Amino acid sequence: MTMTHADESTSEAYVRDRMVEDAAPPSSSVGAIGWMRANLFSSIPNTILTLLGIYIVYLVVPPLIEFTLVNAVWEGEDRTACAQAHGACWPYVEAYFWTFIYGRYPDPERWRVNLTFFLFAIGLVPLLVPQMPFKREGLIYMLAFFPVAALILLTGGDFTYAGFFLPMPEGELRFWIEFLLVAAAVTGGIYLLTREAGGNAKGTALSILAGFGVLAALFFVASIDFGLVEVETPLWGGLLVTLVIAVTGIAASLPIGIALALGRRSNLPIVRLISVIFIEFWRGVPLITVLFMSSVMLPLFLPEGITFDKLLRALIGVALFASAYMAEVVRGGLQAIGKGQYEGAMALGLRYWQMMSKIILPQALTLVIPGIVNTFIGLFKDTTLVLIIGLFDLLGIIQSSYTDPNWASPTQSHTGYLVAALIFWVFCFSMSRYSIYMERRLDTGHKR
Amino acid sequence: MAVEDARPERATDRASWINDPKVRGAFYQILLVLALAWLIWEIIDNTRTNLEQRNMATGWGFLDETAGFGIILNLIQYSEISNYGRALFVGFLNTLLVAGIGVFLATVIGFIVGIARLSKNWVISRIAYVYIEVLRNIPLLLQIFFWYFAVLRAVPGKREMGTIVPGVHLNIAGLRAPAPVFEEGSTPTVIALILAIVISFVIKGWSAKRQAATGQRFPVLWTAIGLIVVLPLIVFLATGMPISISYPEFRDTGPMLMRGFQEGTGFVLIPEFLSLLLALSLYTATFIAEIVRAGILAVSHGQTEASYALGLRPGSTLRLVIIPQAMRVIIPPLTSQYLNLTKNSSLAVAIAYPDLVSVGGTVLNQTGQAIEIIAIWMLVYLSISLLTSAFMNWYNKRMALVER
Amino acid sequence: MTMKIMPLVLGAAVALAATAANAGTLDDVKAKGFVQCGVSQGLPGFSNPDDQGNWTGLDVDYCRALAAAIFNDPSKVKFSPLSAKERFTALQSGEIDVLPRNTTWTMSRDTALGLNFVGVNYYDGQGFMVRKSLGVASALELSGANVCTNTGTTTELNVADYFRSKDMPYQIVAFEKADEVVQAYDAGRCDVYTTDASGLYAQRLKLTNPDEHMVLPEIISKEPLGPVVRQGDDEWFNLAKWVHFAAINAEELGVTSANVDEMKNSETPSVKRLLGTEGEYGKAIGLSNDWAYNVIKHVGNYGEMFERNVGPSTQLGIARGLNALWSKGGLQYAPPVR
Repeated sequence: MTMTHADESTSEAYVRDRMVEDAAPPSSSVGAIGWMRANLFSSIPNTILTLLGIYIVYLVVPPLIEFTLVNAVWEGEDRTACAQAHGACWPYVEAYFWTFIYGRYPDPERWRVNLTFFLFAIGLVPLLVPQMPFKREGLIYMLAFFPVAALILLTGGDFTYAGFFLPMPEGELRFWIEFLLVAAAVTGGIYLLTREAGGNAKGTALSILAGFGVLAALFFVASIDFGLVEVETPLWGGLLVTLVIAVTGIAASLPIGIALALGRRSNLPIVRLISVIFIEFWRGVPLITVLFMSSVMLPLFLPEGITFDKLLRALIGVALFASAYMAEVVRGGLQAIGKGQYEGAMALGLRYWQMMSKIILPQALTLVIPGIVNTFIGLFKDTTLVLIIGLFDLLGIIQSSYTDPNWASPTQSHTGYLVAALIFWVFCFSMSRYSIYMERRLDTGHKR
Repeated sequence: MAVEDARPERATDRASWINDPKVRGAFYQILLVLALAWLIWEIIDNTRTNLEQRNMATGWGFLDETAGFGIILNLIQYSEISNYGRALFVGFLNTLLVAGIGVFLATVIGFIVGIARLSKNWVISRIAYVYIEVLRNIPLLLQIFFWYFAVLRAVPGKREMGTIVPGVHLNIAGLRAPAPVFEEGSTPTVIALILAIVISFVIKGWSAKRQAATGQRFPVLWTAIGLIVVLPLIVFLATGMPISISYPEFRDTGPMLMRGFQEGTGFVLIPEFLSLLLALSLYTATFIAEIVRAGILAVSHGQTEASYALGLRPGSTLRLVIIPQAMRVIIPPLTSQYLNLTKNSSLAVAIAYPDLVSVGGTVLNQTGQAIEIIAIWMLVYLSISLLTSAFMNWYNKRMALVER
Repeated sequence: MTMKIMPLVLGAAVALAATAANAGTLDDVKAKGFVQCGVSQGLPGFSNPDDQGNWTGLDVDYCRALAAAIFNDPSKVKFSPLSAKERFTALQSGEIDVLPRNTTWTMSRDTALGLNFVGVNYYDGQGFMVRKSLGVASALELSGANVCTNTGTTTELNVADYFRSKDMPYQIVAFEKADEVVQAYDAGRCDVYTTDASGLYAQRLKLTNPDEHMVLPEIISKEPLGPVVRQGDDEWFNLAKWVHFAAINAEELGVTSANVDEMKNSETPSVKRLLGTEGEYGKAIGLSNDWAYNVIKHVGNYGEMFERNVGPSTQLGIARGLNALWSKGGLQYAPPVR
């Protein structure tokens, strides 16, 4: 008995030198089926949810495809093509597409809009892509060159100046004499003040003079006749107006917003109070009332005889409104900068403006890039409101095309809204993706 | 000694007082105030001259004048012979109505979608994601137009019933449902209902205290349901059934114009209200969903694991452990979304829903008194903003106090 | 760009603003070289831009006539499309020089709003449009109707008065812009679309199936539409009035854009006075003596303007009716040039 036992124990049959092959997992827990079991049908409530979800998709997607593709009308010359349609009326979009982009901007001049878009794009790319060099040059281009170029290209330039206050005939001469007087007075005043304060009077005065020089150059360039036909703002429309309002709004709101944010965190009580009142006022009222104010009330505020272009009035309203939101975004950035940075700057003997412009703001503004982009997205969507005061932005021009007798058809409005939604969505979604990308990038930088 | 000598010398230094931050601060502030005062004075002065020169009417007297126009939705008594002041008040109430219901709906949808976005169920979380990303990136005004003009064409016409479920109908003239009619003697029933709700809350408070003290639970839900159903029912029967139900009455004979649902029967929601409400709540819900998601993600995963370890089911975990903690992160941004919704309700002007801005615009046109009307708009919205902020701050503080 | 620019140097912000001195409007207009004209945002027959931004219509022709009288060039005019809400502020603030925007002449506008109505270039009245399928033949059968209209116009008040006086229930759905009213009515939100009768004909063209709709015969209000100027500038007011009157007088005297050159040799005293070959009438309104000749030469007389824009041969197909000359049974009547 024992022998046998010993024999058997030494027998190789009982010692494995290899692991048994792993059995394949049950087919129900791998692959597509396994994934579905784990994610979709893990329990009864989960299964119900899944079926509910599939039902929702079923409710939305097939009709959408039917409308845009299956039942859509693809060719035609006028309303008769779409009169009986149950799907999208694409010929209408084709006929109106360029109007959606440029509004009533005259055909032969549309290259100017394209050139403006192009100039904007080449200026924007180096600023947006973190890896690209020439950030500083890009900023100067966008802040100085581009606005003037865009203004001249879009309006036609050749501005004439009437002057303001001197008792002499209206005209360029009066304007330039006044300009020189103002420049001299401001520079002189600041020179005296800084000398009194014991600062670097000469340097300050020179930099201010340089500023006036740049301003004069801009005014001068704007008054040059480049031989471009004048295009009045009532002719602008479509995506052009949407972009003009959104970009100008955000560009103007940045400096005002920074000033307000600094004001709100200032040690000076009156400055703080005024900033808070200003910010909370604009944040507390709807944009539409601001636009009504700019279109109906602003003319009454101005002295007799001075009027603003309607688009410009809307721009002022939008810029003030956006600057309040921008101020809160920038304030968030300022609060995120550690106290040590402030103390360090002060310990180095920097003055307030030196500290802010050289130490605090560069850090704070980089931090809030996602916030700025989000404000821009909001503003971009809000530009649609200008259609209520009678400007033709992208949505406005689409709305107004519905009453063109040539294309009136049952599915025209659905088609138009779909196109508008798609264009807005592409813009906003890509911007929000960019914002998320920047957020991640900045985040990792901070975690160290 | 040298140091002490230096001091008086510095004090007489001409530059010293000008470099004194206090003096400089005061100087700049006075300058700012002066500039601002000049600007405001200039505006007032210009406006006054402009108004005088053009013989334009000013002042608040117009509020007492007869309005002369009709309003499609009024919560209080209003007719064409009411005055402008009342018309504006009707508009204000309509703003509150759509904003109030919109806030409620947006919160409900937002919480559902926000939680769905984090669901383990792939289909559900994807749908929530697509919903958020699509609706959030399309302008609200476009969505309002879509719900109004595009959907308006899709629903049945005015002379068709468009029944959804028996008793509830949707056609182009609006959504109709049965409505309770409070006849004479119905007050006690209403009071009983309110009383029952109040008592339920008291019981809830008491039971929470008792549970904290003794660990014993009290069936609050069943008690509350019983109270809220039974108490009013007894009063209702005792007072002789003074509440009846008015069903929407549909007529499909007679002159064409008189066909369709009859005015004054049943409960009606006009399509302008419906589309504005839908657009506002679906749009705002996307932002609330993102806030809710961020709030839930901010609660550490350990909390979930711990509560599972304690044997709580996923639903209870969410309700009792995660959401209460997430609320602290959620509430401040939620406040600004509520305010946004309220302000966005002013887009009603585009689709003929008579809110404050819309009615105000009409009054502005009829009287030409732009300054007064715009002042009313701004004042009302500012007050709503400030009051909501104050309330939410109070609520936020209350929530924050729970922290140990 | 001839727009005058006044720089307001506020930091880096540069504001563009057109300046107009406190002097008379006519001097301003002459100085800047064009008439700034406030028109509707698109109402076929009255002021409507094509997709290139070229404006046509009865109101537009009035502006061109004004420009022709002042500059002998009907193209020296710029148009500002305005909503109902903005129109009066735009005029009051000097943003525009004249407002021919199918605006109804009412007492309160003439007085409390500080405006002056130049005359009536179209006698209109408020009407109703309904679907033919409703089987309604008269405005008296509109009891219980849903009514779509614009806010902020006399229309909204008239319709309230009308239904109230007839003791008929109704529901009003009032939109900010005309385009939205058309869309809502087209979608079936309302049974009735009400606005000025001329507007009904114009808007009907924009419907999906214009043939399914009809305009009811009743007119429920008086809507004298005419150009408006600011109060307090009589010189400009006179000029604006007489450009309008000249066009009507020309029709009455049989002077058209085609025969105006021959008519210059006419011996009829009234024609001679109108065309400036006799008397110094142009001087009195600050213009050259051939001001009316220029108007007729470039734009035509009132009858021509009417035919071209709204008359039976156009898409709108409106008969002269009330707008015929007084001598032909209508209301158009102009004081004589003398």
